[in-house]
Order: sequence, then C-alpha cells, then structure tokens
Amino acid sequence: MIRKSAISAAIALSVAASSMAYAETITIATVNNGDMIRMQGYTDQFTAQTGIDVEWVTLEENVLRQRVTTDITTKGGAFDIMTIGMYETPIWGSNGWLVALDDLSAEYNAADILPAMAGGLSHDGTLYAAPFYGESSMIMYRTDLMEKAGLEMPDAPTWSFIAKAAREMTDRDNDINGICLRGKAGWGEGGAFITAMSNSFGARWFDENWDAQFDTREWSDTLNFYKNMMDDAGPAGYATNGFNENLSLFQQGKCGMWIDATVAASFVTNPAESTVADKVGFALAPDNGLGVRSNWLWAWALAIPAGTQKEGAAKQFIEWATSTDYIELVAENEGWANVPPGARTSLYENANYKNVPFAQMTLDSILSADPNNSTVDPSPYVGVQFAAIPEFAGIATEVSQEFSAAYAGQQSIRDALIKAQAITNDAMEAAGYR
Amino acid sequence: MATHHSRSAARIMMAPAVILLLGWMLVPLTMTLYFSFKKYLPLRGGDLGWVGFDNYVRFFSSSAFWPSVSTTLIIVGGVLAITLVLGTLLALLLDQPMWGQGVVRILVIAPFFVMPTVSALVWKNMFMDPNYGLFSYLWEFFGAEPIQWMSQASLESIILIVSWQWLPFATLILLTAIQSLDGEQLEASEMDGATALKRFWFIILPHLSRAMTVVLLIQTIFLLSIFAEIFVTTGGAFGSKTLTYLIYQRVLESQNVGLGSAGGVYAIILANIVAIFLMRIVGKNLDK
Repeated sequence: MIRKSAISAAIALSVAASSMAYAETITIATVNNGDMIRMQGYTDQFTAQTGIDVEWVTLEENVLRQRVTTDITTKGGAFDIMTIGMYETPIWGSNGWLVALDDLSAEYNAADILPAMAGGLSHDGTLYAAPFYGESSMIMYRTDLMEKAGLEMPDAPTWSFIAKAAREMTDRDNDINGICLRGKAGWGEGGAFITAMSNSFGARWFDENWDAQFDTREWSDTLNFYKNMMDDAGPAGYATNGFNENLSLFQQGKCGMWIDATVAASFVTNPAESTVADKVGFALAPDNGLGVRSNWLWAWALAIPAGTQKEGAAKQFIEWATSTDYIELVAENEGWANVPPGARTSLYENANYKNVPFAQMTLDSILSADPNNSTVDPSPYVGVQFAAIPEFAGIATEVSQEFSAAYAGQQSIRDALIKAQAITNDAMEAAGYR
Repeated sequence: MATHHSRSAARIMMAPAVILLLGWMLVPLTMTLYFSFKKYLPLRGGDLGWVGFDNYVRFFSSSAFWPSVSTTLIIVGGVLAITLVLGTLLALLLDQPMWGQGVVRILVIAPFFVMPTVSALVWKNMFMDPNYGLFSYLWEFFGAEPIQWMSQASLESIILIVSWQWLPFATLILLTAIQSLDGEQLEASEMDGATALKRFWFIILPHLSRAMTVVLLIQTIFLLSIFAEIFVTTGGAFGSKTLTYLIYQRVLESQNVGLGSAGGVYAIILANIVAIFLMRIVGKNLDK
C-alpha cells in the first residue's frame, strides 16, 4: 500500500515536473537582423502575459541557416521555433518537417497576411511559417545628387536609365559612386541580386527540363551590363560588397543609388545612423521592358519543427510575435518607421503608417514580385531570386563565386558562364534531375 | 630491466588510453568511409542507398577538384616559406641581448593566441578593405591606387594572414634552438676569422635544421586544414577554395554528405602524400 502510493506520488511528481517544463521555456533560433533583435527586447512582455520563458539563440544569417538545417535534417530537436526564409519553408514543409500553421486563432487573423508572403511560405496551400517581416528590393537614391546630375528619377525606371544616371552621378574626385550593388559571392548575397536582375533581362536558371541556361545570350547580357556599369560607376572592390558593405557606403554618402532590400529604407532614413537621411528617394527596381522587374521577394518567418514537445507554447509565441498587436507595441515605443514591415495587409491600410516615406514603395515592390511566375520564359521552379529546390543554395553559392571572380577581372564573363553551366548541370545530375 | 610480468601490467594500464585514442581516430574515419559509398542527401530524406565509387568519381571529375588541390598546396607552401625564413631572422634578432627582452618576446608570441576568425576579420576589415582599410590610406598617401586585396590578390592575402598567425610559432621553436647553441663554438669561429654570414651559414643553420624540421611538419599538418581564414575573408571565391573548403561546400552548403565524405578520403590521401614527401626530404635530418 505504502509502495503503491509512493509510486503514484512519484508519477504525479514527474507529471507535474514535465508539465511545468512544458510551459516553461521555449528555445528560438533567429537571425541577427535589427527587427529580430528589437523583438528580443520585448520578450519580457510575452513572458508576463503567458508565463512562458523564452531562450534566444541569435546567429548570423549563414550560420543560422546551417545550424537549423543540420538540426532539422538530423532531428536534433534543439529548437522549438526556427527563423527561416522563403527558400526553406516550401522545401521543409513538403518533407513534413514543419508543423502546419492551419489552426491559428481567429483574433490572429491569418487572412491578413499579405498574399504574396503567404504564398511563398506555404506548400500545397498550407501555411508552414508565419512571416515576421517581408521585403522586396527597390532603388534607394540620393535626391540631391540626382538633381545635380540634371535628371529626374521615374517611379518605374528602366535599366538603361539607371546605367545613364549612375555614370552621370559618379564623381571620383569626391569619392561618390553612381551606383552600389551587391557583388559578394554567396547565394543570399550577390547571387540573389544577379538572379533577380537576370529575370528582368529574360534569363532563367533552368528550362523546363532542368537544364542550366547559362549558355544563353540573356545571361551574358545580364553579366556584361552589370560589370560595365559597375566598372564605370561602382565602388572599388565591389566584387566583395554585400548588403552590409553597401549599407555603410550609402550611409556615409558614397553612393548615388543603391538597389537592395526594402528594409534598408528605414536604416538609410534614420538620422542617427545615416549622414544622408533627409536626401533619400525611392523607386521601383528597374526593368528592361520585358514585363518582369528586377526586384526580389523574401520573408523571415517563424516556423515550428515537427516533433517538438512544446508545440502549444511555440504557437502562442508565433501568434504574439507576428500579430498586429506586436506591430502596435513597437510603433508605440519606437515609432511607425521601425515596425516590422511587409507582412500584413492591415499595416499598409493604417493611416499612421501611410506617412512613412517608404511605405508605399515597399508595398508596390512586394506586390510586383511573383514567386510563381518570376521569369520571362517559363521555368520549372518557384522563387524570384532563388529556385526552391534543396540543391539550389549549394549550386548558387558556387556559381556566384565564379561571377564574383569575373567582376574582379580574374576571369572573363564568358569563362565564368561556362563554369557556371558545368557546375550547375553537374550538381543537378548528382541530385538526379537530369 | 622490466620483467615479463610488469610489462604486461603496463600494457593493461595503457590500454584505456590507447583504446580511447584509437576510437577517437577510427570512429570518424570509419564513418567517413561508410558515408563515402552512400548516396546520402539529408534534404532529400537521408540515406538513399549504396552507390559504389560514384561519389569518388564525381568528386574527382568535378571542375573544382584540381584547382582546389593546387590552391591548398600554394597556401601551405607559401606560409611555410614565409614563416621559416622570417622565423629564423626573428629568432636571431630576439636572441640578441637587449633591454626589455622578456616583454618583447611575449609581444612577438601574441598573434598565436588570437583566434583565426578574429584575426582574419581584423585583417580583412581594418587593413585590407579597399575603401576604408589602413593599407588603402597608406597607398593613397603615396599616390598609388589602393589594392583590392580580397578580390585581386586573394591567395596572397590569405597567405599573409595565415603567416602572421604562424610566424610566432616558428619563431618560438627556432629561438629555443638558437639558445641551445654553444656560445663558445661561435666565439672560436669568430677568432678564426669567420664572418657573421659564414657563422650563420655553417654553424647556426645546421644547428637549426632539426628544429626547422619540427616546424615544417607540425605546421603542414595544421595548414592543410585551414578553413576559418578563407571562410571569413573570401568565402571561397576568387580562386581561394582549398580542398578543405570544397569539402565543406559539398557537405554543408550542398547538403551532399556522401560526396563530401569522398572528398574527405581524398584529403586524407593528399595529406599522406604531402607527409611522405616531406619525410623523405627532411627525414634525414631527424636520423642524424
């Protein structure tokens, strides 16, 4: 009798302990972007509301990607929530590695998520990750330098106008480069930019049979146009510049134009960080008259790996962090310009947010990107600046390394494209596509 | 003299250490061999069965293979040459009696304690950046066009960074060797009329040869696997992809564990070839 009650007491204790652990702490892997770091500052409020503690693992983008990929493929279970992007979500969702987010509460209002974002974060119509913020890319330019060059930026410029403006704005003596663009190797850096740019030149990564397309004229036109323009009007060493390098160049007033992520708009217009905060204008990313613009589409989103013990708590956190309430919380404390953009339709209908100078252009950019229809000629893949297949990250990183070597003048564009073609076909063969 | 009995007792006592060391080495090696014969793609559901030598053929025939081998050898060779020559000169200098010798020696050794990622980042951003790096100011001060280190001289930059890190190691070993040299021998030769250069060439250098061998072998082992310096500076672009980096790309960036493991086996083979080659050249020194 005594033994029996001892056993039941032990069971009761362990149940209590496990249910306490259940509600206690969730571990979240996230990227070290400004908006994410801001969110960490507000987690105390979430803990106060729900009693759930949050532990953060904050990593640089590439490292984060490797950590979470390794964790999910080996079923490591180190995280209850992972911050992933539009590239990973459809692939992981189709592998059954993520918890479907189809039962979110009514007040969360999942229908409010921008359709372009929800589309890119779903597989077969089921949402697998909730967008924390979304972005496209657009032109940020110096209004004073544009005026000095005697030009006027249209809302939707062409590449030939951009090249002309870049050359006119360049002033080597005063250390002003007409245009700053990403050239750094890496699929999420220069690779993303040149892929989005190539879309507007009519190029594509693969044809319908998954054959690489780097031997086409469209690709060689893209690279030649890019390199000629950057050699004439770009900063020294542009082949190693990524997002952060260009951001600091622009903030120091060394760039006339910069085509990059829409989230950068809040950094270049922030007087605390930027020396040119009051002289920045915005325009849609350029096109070539072929019906496709050169802007990308991306979202950082929160997803729950399948098999976590703390699914309930994780969902609670996701509903909190990606809700309209959270946006209002940030707006109240830090102003509307600093709220996470690009995720919800209601944000762009908010009267307060309409006063933010880059709000409309961000929305227009996001709406003009279509991941399911990103190329002029038909392609078999989903994604604007990437192809959502597991092999893409590896291939595109190697290809962009060849491109960067060509930008730096180590090899000709022709050689870079021949190598890119070989690398891609080789990897696709290894993966069993061809 | 050890009896038969005490010898077997010693063996039993050594066994745990030996087994641990063997396990430490054999388990990863066996796993690498095992995976190298599999089609193992984590993002496509993991283990997709045996594929024989497919991974080996694919890795070997890829366009990136031979360039990566030659890059590896250039980096290792370049760093070895720089650290040995400068290490010897520095050791000679530090051997001179001077004021504050202890402090100077500690300062010289300091770079060895800086983490590779940190030192590479500092070099890349503070010295070699073409827009705001120290070197670019220096070049501009003399009216020259700043060098774009990472893109136009990527291998040279990496060799420079790695050499800076390993120079203290070479200096330290060579300095202790010089200090063990008998001073009377040098004095005697000086009295016989030998010049400083001759003393260096015929007395100090032969004396250092054994220490140099040690530096050469130990550094080669570590240099064959340098990774952090490449990862944070060029990310494998501009022809700076070594065999180690290529394997990393195959396993982690392309998520192809089988192909990367086959590359790992090639790396073992390459390391052994280099080691045998070095042993042949310098082995005689160790026998003396």
